[in-house]
Order: sequence, then structure tokens, then C-alpha cells
Amino acid sequence: MYRYDEIDQRLVDERVRQFRGQTERFLAGQLSEDEFRALRLRNGLYIQRYAPMLRIAIPYGLLSTRQLRKLADISRKYDRGYGHFSTRQNLQLNWPKLEQVPEMLAELATVQMHAIQTSGNSFRNVTTDHFAGVAQDEIVDSFVWCEIIRQWSTFHPEFSFLPRKFKIALNGARADRAAVEVHDIGLHAVRDERGEVGFRVLVGGGLGRTPIIGVVIREFLPWPHLLTYLEAILRVYNRYGRRDNIHKARIKILVKERGPDRFREEVEAEWAQIKDGPATLIAEEIERVAARFTRPAYERLANLDLGAIAVPGFAAWVKRNVHPHKRPGYAAVTLSLKKTGVPPGDVTADQMDAIADLADRYSFGELRVSHEQNLVLADVRQRDLVEVWREARELGLATPNLGLLTNIISCPGGDFCALANAKSIPVAEAIQRRFDDLDYLHDIGELDLNISGCMNACGHHHVGHIGILGVDKNGEEWYQIEIGGNQGETRPGAKAALGKVIGPSFARADVPLVVEKLIGCYLERRDSDAERFVDVVHRIGVEPFKEQVYGNADQRAARHHRERAVA
Amino acid sequence: MAMLIKERRVITESAPSPDANVIRLEPADDPAAVADRLDGVARVEVNFPKFGDGRGFSIGRLLRERYGYKGELRAVGHITRDHLCFMESCGFDAFELREGEDPHEALAAFDDFSESYQASVTRPRPLFRRRTR
Repeated sequence: MYRYDEIDQRLVDERVRQFRGQTERFLAGQLSEDEFRALRLRNGLYIQRYAPMLRIAIPYGLLSTRQLRKLADISRKYDRGYGHFSTRQNLQLNWPKLEQVPEMLAELATVQMHAIQTSGNSFRNVTTDHFAGVAQDEIVDSFVWCEIIRQWSTFHPEFSFLPRKFKIALNGARADRAAVEVHDIGLHAVRDERGEVGFRVLVGGGLGRTPIIGVVIREFLPWPHLLTYLEAILRVYNRYGRRDNIHKARIKILVKERGPDRFREEVEAEWAQIKDGPATLIAEEIERVAARFTRPAYERLANLDLGAIAVPGFAAWVKRNVHPHKRPGYAAVTLSLKKTGVPPGDVTADQMDAIADLADRYSFGELRVSHEQNLVLADVRQRDLVEVWREARELGLATPNLGLLTNIISCPGGDFCALANAKSIPVAEAIQRRFDDLDYLHDIGELDLNISGCMNACGHHHVGHIGILGVDKNGEEWYQIEIGGNQGETRPGAKAALGKVIGPSFARADVPLVVEKLIGCYLERRDSDAERFVDVVHRIGVEPFKEQVYGNADQRAARHHRERAVA
Repeated sequence: MAMLIKERRVITESAPSPDANVIRLEPADDPAAVADRLDGVARVEVNFPKFGDGRGFSIGRLLRERYGYKGELRAVGHITRDHLCFMESCGFDAFELREGEDPHEALAAFDDFSESYQASVTRPRPLFRRRTR
């Protein structure tokens, strides 16, 4: 856990004071609706469908139990006793009162938390691999680099009024668990032949209404240049990014309109001016930041044979929710927030307290939020796993479905969000109910199913193996289905991919059946269990799946003809 | 007669003479284009036409850091107190606030943040190079 120093704390406290003043000026009529909107958004405060929504930052998803208990406390005191973990590894509260938000922020500041830049046209929470620091395939400890970026991107005087929001992800392991290819800037740590750390720099990726895979603009950026290079990219974006149309304002549009080569040239030209300047990182700073992270006091342990533990139900959980650890005798555990009947990513205040107790007893008082909206206990002794599993099961957090179809990523959708075209939570639940047979789920194998309630794509539907998008047709909720998306190189060779729409959209009630048909097609066509749903889509294309769902081309033409006749 | 903030003080400025040597830059303008005309100007004005248009922040830094401009750098347009702290870090030293904004009250906003992590015009070295170990 990163511990604030005096200046980190002072800046957060000063932000609370500043926002309190801004709120008072707004309530007194001295700030216009538009002005206050821009200011409250950069403090994570939205005005939602039914009430404001406060998005609390959890930098790179790392959370201490003291902080989690404070979140539980705040959600009871100022909200309705629950919170929602988002795909940006943050926590959202759906029912705060505008005039109480400064007080909530003041309370958060007491545990080194805030809602700084969780929304608005600013740098957002830098995200990373939820197994940072414990993964066996680690190249660097990404938390240290994320904290350096967090500081650089917090209250940046030049880049606080960007054309649009800006999301940076950094991955520090060989497998990409941070989806760096679909971020405004993606940084993938690499080592050169001399073992020096650097970053592959991708730019212009993103989801939303114009999903694009990022392009590499630099294969190897030596680490001392990280901040000057980011500064050069951001200066080009801040000056030339479009501001005339909100839907064209993300950096991906600038990269696309200029073309990656010209964009790269502009960045390199800007960088040439500031390279080796004072913002060049120094080893002392990396060491200083690294030293401010608390580290688990690991014991010297031997690995256990978990397969030999014959407790019914335990093996299935181990298979899906327990992950390898770089230290012998330890494991990382995912606490699933995907129990059927509970909105994906939601936790109650009581669960938060109980999870904090679990993390204190079994995982050095820390936990992580994953971008798949689960929680991770990163440092559990293998010999404690049975006990952790029992307790997690009691709390409803042991659904053994990590990587499986029912581990659905979903935005809050039309139940809460003012932007949504359609609900997403009930769709998730209906699918989870349809696929409630665990053996069947395991047989289907790894499958990411993501749901967004509108084209802003907070549920990352473009990169789901199956992606579901809520659309509005004449005031009714319909659902478009894509297949073949992939969040990134979570395994070698599996590059990020955007899903393809299979055809006309469906009524909500039909969605589970359509998913079932897609699965049926996959099971018939796969070469072996090792070939995942998404692999089959990439091998045989979308057409066979289309046929399975809509009937063959002749039937489709006939139906199209009928529909036209009716219209 | 207009009220403005200059070097953290509220002053009342009489209407400028029409022949005053002032360069005015719009957000899309490239400061490089005026780099060789900066000597001896009365001031450079950078327009911020909207509350959220942040291009002028980059222009300010470039004028100061790259083109060596030392004279008055004035932010005009939709300026509120909420911009002041960052604008000053980007090299602005004069501000024409938008209508309705009290410049006396706005002075406090320069101290919204007492530190910044990044290098800027007012702090040429980033915090990590200024820490005492």
C-alpha cells in the first residue's frame, strides 16, 4: 500500500477545501450550472437519473482494509449502505446528497482517499494488473510506476482542461491484464537486451462509441523518459485534439485523423524539445516511491498440493478463483462479486466490513479491485485457502466463475445511469440464471461476457468474447450482440480485438436464448476443450454463429421480405 | 475601465490606447508564429473562449519556456477563479475575469494548491527534484 507523505496529504486536503468552496458558490448562485458541472465532475460527482453519483478513486485498484472500512462507513452514513466497483477499479456510490459531498470527501481524506479526477475532461484513474507485485510473469512492479503517473497526472497545471477524458493503463507483466490496447495511452513494461526497464507505448485505443485498438508509437521508451514522453503526447493532444464535437474529442480520433505516423512525428518533435529536461525521472525518485509502499512480510513456505484437499466444492473454486503467486506457499484469491441475483460489482457495507476482516486475517490488510469488477486478496497462504473459501462462501463471495460466462462485466445501466439506453443488470441476471449449471459452465470454458447499457461502453462490451449493447429503438430497450471481442493479450498471441455485431438486435427476454444459441454453435464447432469460444469465432468467422441465431441466409432473406411487407 | 488581476493584485485599468503593441492569440494559434515578435510588446493576450477550453495553458507554457517571453501574459475570456492557480503555473500573470466574478474574492484562489507535483513555469523543477532527502 502506498502511504502518503505530508505533501500528498496536503494536496488532497486542499482539494477538499477547494471543492467545498465551489459547492458553496454553486449553491449561492455564483457559479453557473455549466461551470459547476465541469468542476464537480473532476471530483467524481455526477447528477444521475435519480440522484447524484459519487465515484471514489481507488488508484490502480489498490485498497487497504482501513480504507475499505471507511468506504463501508461512508456508504452507510451518506448513502444506502452499498457501493458498486467499476471497470476503472473505482467505487461508485449511487445516492449521495450534493451538499454532503464535501463532507464525504473530507472523511475520505482522513484515510488518504479522494474522488480527484474520477470524471470530467481530465486524467482518470491509472489502472493496472490486479496481480501486480505477485504475478509469476512480472516484469516490473507496476504499482510503483502507476503511483509515479498518479502524481504526475494529479492537478497537472497544463492538462487540467483536456478536450476529453483521458485514461492511462500500465501493465507490468508479460500477460496483459490491464487491457493496454484499449486505452488512450497504454504502457507495457518491457526489458531491453541489457535488462533495462522501459515501456512500449500505445496510443489512441479506446472503447466508447468509436472503438479502436491502440497503435504502438514507440517500441521501447527507457524509463527515465516516461514523464517527458507522456507530457509530449499530452501537449499534442491538448493543443490539437478536437473540441468542436464531444464525440470526436478523444485522442483516438486525433490519432486516426492525422494517421499514426504523423501523430508519432508530432509527438517525437515535441519530445525532442523537452527530452532530458527537469521532468526526466531519476532512480532516487523510483526508489523513494517504491519505499513508500508497504510490503507483505512473507513467511518462508513450501507449495502445497491443493488437488489433494478433498473438500467438496473446494476444487472448483481453486480451479477458477485461486491464482498462482510468485512466492512459494502463497496464492492470490479472487472474491467474486458476480453472484447471481446481485448486480455485478455491487457490495454491501456489511460485506465490505467482512471483506476487510478477511483481508486483515489472511492477506496482510490489503486488497485489489480488478477491472472485471471483482476483489482480489493477493497474498493468501495456501494453507489458509480452505478457511478463506469457507468464509468467502458464507459471505456470498465464492462463486467459482472467474473467466467463465457468468463472471459478467456490466455497467450499472438504465437502473441508475442517466446516459443509458437500456438496463444491463437484469440482462446479466437473466443470463446468469440461464447458465446456472456449474458443470456446463466449466464445459463451455473461458468466456468473457460484457454488457453495456449504451454506446459509451462502460461495460466494455466491444472486448467481450460476447458483448451485449443496450440500444434504444423508438423508446424501447433492445440489445445488440457482438462476438469475437478480446480485451488483450491475456495469453500469448491473443491480441486485443473488437467484437463484430451479429445482426439485428433483440428484445431483452430473448437475450439469454441467443447467448445459448451462440454457445451451442461454439460447442458443435470447437476442435477441443482447449479452443475457447473466442478462438472459434476468430477461426470460422461470424457467419456460422449468425446462422445459428437468425437461421440461414435464405430464411433471413425471407424474413426480411416479410418484415418489409409488413412495414 | 476594467478590473483585472495583475501579479496577484486587483487593479483598475483604463481603456488601452488603440496603438498599444499587444499580441492576441486565439486557442488554435501557434505561439511559434509570433516568437520573433515578442520583444518589446506591451503584453501578450491569450483568449480562453470557453470555461473548459484548455489550449491556452499549453500556449502559456510555450511562450514562457520555449520562446523566452518575459513580459505580461494575460489570460482573457471565460476566466474564473477556478482557473487561476493552474494558469499562474503555466506562466500567466494577468487575468481578466469573466463578468460576475469578484476579483478581490478570487485572489484567494491562487493559494488553492500550495504545491504541485509537476514542473511548470513557476516551479521549473518537478517536486521529485525539489524534495529534501
